[in-house]
Amino acid sequence: MSELTFFLIRVAYLAVLWIFVLSAISVIRSDMFGARVPEGARPRAAKPGRAGRQGAAPKPRRGSPTHVAVTQGSNAGITVPLERAPILIGRGNDAAIRLDDDYVSTRHARIAASGDQWFVEDLGSTNGTYIGSVRITQPTTISLGTQVRIGKTILELRK
Amino acid sequence: MAAGRTTGLATGGRANTPASGSPLLGFVHRRRRGAELFLLVLSLVIGVGGYAAVGLGVDGTVPADIIGYGGWLTALIVAAHIVIRLVAPYADPVLLPLVATLNGLGLAVIHRLDLAYAARGRDTDFAPTQLVWMTLGVLLFVATLVIVRDHRVLARFTYTLGLSAITLLLLPMMPLIGVNRNGARIWINIGSLSFQPGEVAKVLLVLAFAGYLVLHRDALALAGRRVLVVDLPRGRDLGPILAMWLMSLVVLVFQRDLGSSLLFFGLFLVMLYVATERPGWIVVGATLFFAGAIAAWQTLGHVQSRVDIWLHPMRYYRNDVPPFSDQIVEAQFGMGWGGLLGRGFGEGDPTRVTYAESDFIMAAIGEELGLTAVLAVLLCYGLIVERALRVALISRDNFGKLVAVGLASVFALQVFVVIGGVTRLIPLTGLTTPFLSYGGSSLVANWVIIAILLRISDQARRPLPALSTDTEDADGETTQVIKL
Repeated sequence: MSELTFFLIRVAYLAVLWIFVLSAISVIRSDMFGARVPEGARPRAAKPGRAGRQGAAPKPRRGSPTHVAVTQGSNAGITVPLERAPILIGRGNDAAIRLDDDYVSTRHARIAASGDQWFVEDLGSTNGTYIGSVRITQPTTISLGTQVRIGKTILELRK
Repeated sequence: MAAGRTTGLATGGRANTPASGSPLLGFVHRRRRGAELFLLVLSLVIGVGGYAAVGLGVDGTVPADIIGYGGWLTALIVAAHIVIRLVAPYADPVLLPLVATLNGLGLAVIHRLDLAYAARGRDTDFAPTQLVWMTLGVLLFVATLVIVRDHRVLARFTYTLGLSAITLLLLPMMPLIGVNRNGARIWINIGSLSFQPGEVAKVLLVLAFAGYLVLHRDALALAGRRVLVVDLPRGRDLGPILAMWLMSLVVLVFQRDLGSSLLFFGLFLVMLYVATERPGWIVVGATLFFAGAIAAWQTLGHVQSRVDIWLHPMRYYRNDVPPFSDQIVEAQFGMGWGGLLGRGFGEGDPTRVTYAESDFIMAAIGEELGLTAVLAVLLCYGLIVERALRVALISRDNFGKLVAVGLASVFALQVFVVIGGVTRLIPLTGLTTPFLSYGGSSLVANWVIIAILLRISDQARRPLPALSTDTEDADGETTQVIKL
């Protein structure tokens, strides 16, 4: 083969190498902020009728939690079955778990399911919701026995 | 900002005004698996095309086993891609293609060096061995992704991981299995297999550091007393991590493995700084580093000769007595001869450099593919580090953040130390070039690193579950605020 062919092979190979690098960069560029969610893409959350189904309990399986129990605080002993998920926790009358705790907001937090995982979410409470010593800032997965502290009350998932 | 994002994403379309919060509110990450597939096809073109180009350049024909080789490589890459689609659908789309490209290019260059050694009458089978190691690496990559479904599980094994890292580092000192090669005692031999346990220990140490720091970062950052300008944390908070790190460092110094000691030191510093957000650590670390470096230079003979070779390479070129600088000088000659576009596969003479297939593979690339390819490779490394740091930024849990930062800094430091050494920017210390160099332990460990990064990025990019559907403010009674 001629000298020219070798030169072309070399240049072509380097070109492919750079095409790869540049396309990787362009993928990163388009990925930088993710994709804007089109308004129509969230119909489920928008419809109030179906909104209630969001976070509803998955089919119970063996070994999965079945109820929430209040283990410490003035309301210790209360249990609420998870079939009623999403479960609202607070001092208000509409809360599924009503806590007589001055440090709890009216609508403090909720426990809901996504897939077969359970989440606790703070609803903008004054004093926050804690898992261990960490104040949660977004829906956080909880499993059996995870201690969720709300004010002076501690709740956990039980079988 | 995190709280704002929660409500923004979760309230969905219900009278939601995204403009009222962070600019990221209206965005979710896409899966981008199609983009990944496209990039993987390009990376296969580079890997298999490189193999063909080596055959063409050296023998004038496309190698006979191109179908078998190409098929094998394609199968590995496609398998990794399918596994990601199945178990980590939201994982970063660029990491796997970058790694596949580097690995494919490395295989082609190692194959080229095999042919060059054969022309000199030395029979080597580095490329086939490397392909076997790559297979093992991909298998472990798949296993990591399948077994570790949530990276936070790893945080439970902090001390186990730290202990096993130190055990692994100690293994080469054991009498029967440890071997001494080129003055460094970092290999173990089991049967005919040789392995460098330090490479695996690197990954375990990152996980152990992250697990420890995530629990103790507040204590490390806030409790303690001020000495001169630096706030030192309490001994009981810093103790375990300092012990872990000192032990690994002592082991490495006794094994005379300078590169790895540098790597661990830097890793420790970066993670401590990221966890505590205290710039003081950088000052302390830099001071310690320079003090240590000067002390080592004055007391250790092999460090001194490394520095001398770095400063005056030509003085030791073709020397009669050690130290020799032939390796580094030949590498400079090779890269200079390669120039901008390189000599082309088969036209250079890369085996003039000893260990061209492992530590000095960048010299071989610079000679036969030129500066153009060297820059492309460096950019690939830069992008891997960028993606890892990006994972750390968007990760929702602190353990994931710390692990991603740790892995990114391991990667960045390793590339800097080895390529800086080969290009004579800094004194040479032996480390492998990730994914390119011949060497099984490093390749396998790096595939596992990528698997962990992909797992964390999958968790981080997965959209938050839409939980709150009713967040209108209905606080009737006032809530008593906890006095802190």
